[in-house]
Amino acid sequence: MCGIVGLLIKNPAMRGQLGSLMVPMLAEMAARGPESAGLAVFTGELPEGDRKYSLYAPAWDYPWADFEAAFIKRFGVEAQIVVKGNHAVLTCDEPADVFKHWIKEAFPALHVLATGRVMDIYKDIGHPTDVAKRYDFSKLAGTHLIGHTRMATESAVTPDRAHPFTAGEDFCLVHNGSISNPYMIRRKLEHQGIRFETDNDTEAATRFLEWRTREGDSLEQALERGFKELDGFYTFLIGTENKLALVRDAFACKPAIVAETEDYVAIGSEFRALAHLPGIDHANLFEPMPEELHVWQV
Amino acid sequence: MAGVTATVPTAATRVFDLADAPVRALNQFLHHELRGSGVQRVEILNPNGAHNIAVGIDHPVTIDIQGHGGYYVAGMNKHADVTVHGNVGWGVAENMMSGTVRVKGFASESAGATGHGGTLIIEGDASLRCGISMKGIDIVVGGRVGNFSAFMGQAGRLVVCGDAGDGLGDSLYEAVLYVRGKIKSLGADAQEEPMTEADLAGVADLLKKAGFPYDPTEFKRVASARSLYHWNADANQEY
Repeated sequence: MCGIVGLLIKNPAMRGQLGSLMVPMLAEMAARGPESAGLAVFTGELPEGDRKYSLYAPAWDYPWADFEAAFIKRFGVEAQIVVKGNHAVLTCDEPADVFKHWIKEAFPALHVLATGRVMDIYKDIGHPTDVAKRYDFSKLAGTHLIGHTRMATESAVTPDRAHPFTAGEDFCLVHNGSISNPYMIRRKLEHQGIRFETDNDTEAATRFLEWRTREGDSLEQALERGFKELDGFYTFLIGTENKLALVRDAFACKPAIVAETEDYVAIGSEFRALAHLPGIDHANLFEPMPEELHVWQV
Repeated sequence: MAGVTATVPTAATRVFDLADAPVRALNQFLHHELRGSGVQRVEILNPNGAHNIAVGIDHPVTIDIQGHGGYYVAGMNKHADVTVHGNVGWGVAENMMSGTVRVKGFASESAGATGHGGTLIIEGDASLRCGISMKGIDIVVGGRVGNFSAFMGQAGRLVVCGDAGDGLGDSLYEAVLYVRGKIKSLGADAQEEPMTEADLAGVADLLKKAGFPYDPTEFKRVASARSLYHWNADANQEY
């Protein structure tokens, strides 16, 4: 079992409340996944040449100042770095391949959780309410987010195997369920030069879908292809810089419910995750059917 | 000579606000304190999608749930008359024995699963696997039912006023299904059959009980062809 939540704010005046509306959703879904939690939040877009990197360190009191000094020494420019304990978001204009190569050589203990111009990721092991407090989720602002509470079935309980998973830039996915053919998908993608960072089944699904979008599929076409190639049980919630997408497998073995109002679209594994939202009594509530595409634009 | 049995004077209606009291307090009342309390009606406020609301009732009582329920609402119900003034999650009235459960909104998956008796009425749509392994329950759905409904249904009746999804009645035993709308596909060993006088009378009775204004002659009967009753080693997994 796992819990998924998602929130897309339609009313620009409410975008400052994105995090505070979401935290009770995540807390309510802790019963479905009490051991790890995470979220990806989409904030304002950086200029074309800039990138931000969500970084994970092995210690809460990691010496980020030393890391920043090494960055300046290597690249000869200042970087903006926002630290929350063992997480930091670094913004700079270094291209992803150059930056990632350097960090792998110089700081092998650091893990790059996400790359993009819009998306920040926080994920860790621990009870979801503790994780939410640890990273001040309630203060997050932005247009949309996806979140996850994990009860592991397919791989170990570690921060890098918590959801969301990412691939490429500004592309992330949370999953309730289990994929039956992740190694087949992996072998196929590895032949395309795609590298994996964990042994997790959800990572295979994430990298498959993101690869399809780079090969020219729209997000919708990639998801249609996923129905044919990804075998297993899943409710997937996917975030990109301007979209939220929700799909369930052919047997709809894992739950999902959507509440839509003029102000927001909210998604949860169960209604209890949505019960506290403002205006929920008048929301349009529905459950997606198997293999239906539900895509919302920011 | 027996003494006078003390009676506790209580109001006929008891209210549980789940914003204040846990579901466990409600269910402990229903299991251990309801009988002999004089309470005839229980009203449940702020259900907010909580699981296991009013499960395991074994006594006549009227229950009104004012909002949306979570999983297993009124599961294992015996004797009670339960109305949900909203939607429900998975497994509403699962394994029901008797009584009535009415859902004013929609029901998520596996509504009425393994139900032995009583009547489950869903005024909106029911999702996948409605009536899976039903064992004698009557289920009346005002809207459509999702894929794989009545899978391995052993006894009882499922009346669907809207459409039915894929694989309706797969591997049916003796449960009988009545569908007013389109059937996307029948499951293995399920077949359409002519409506008999007894079928028409039975459907009329259930529609009346549910309060749905349809004519029983609009319904098709689906039942087991009984070709899976005995193991056929030559079937080569082709059903």
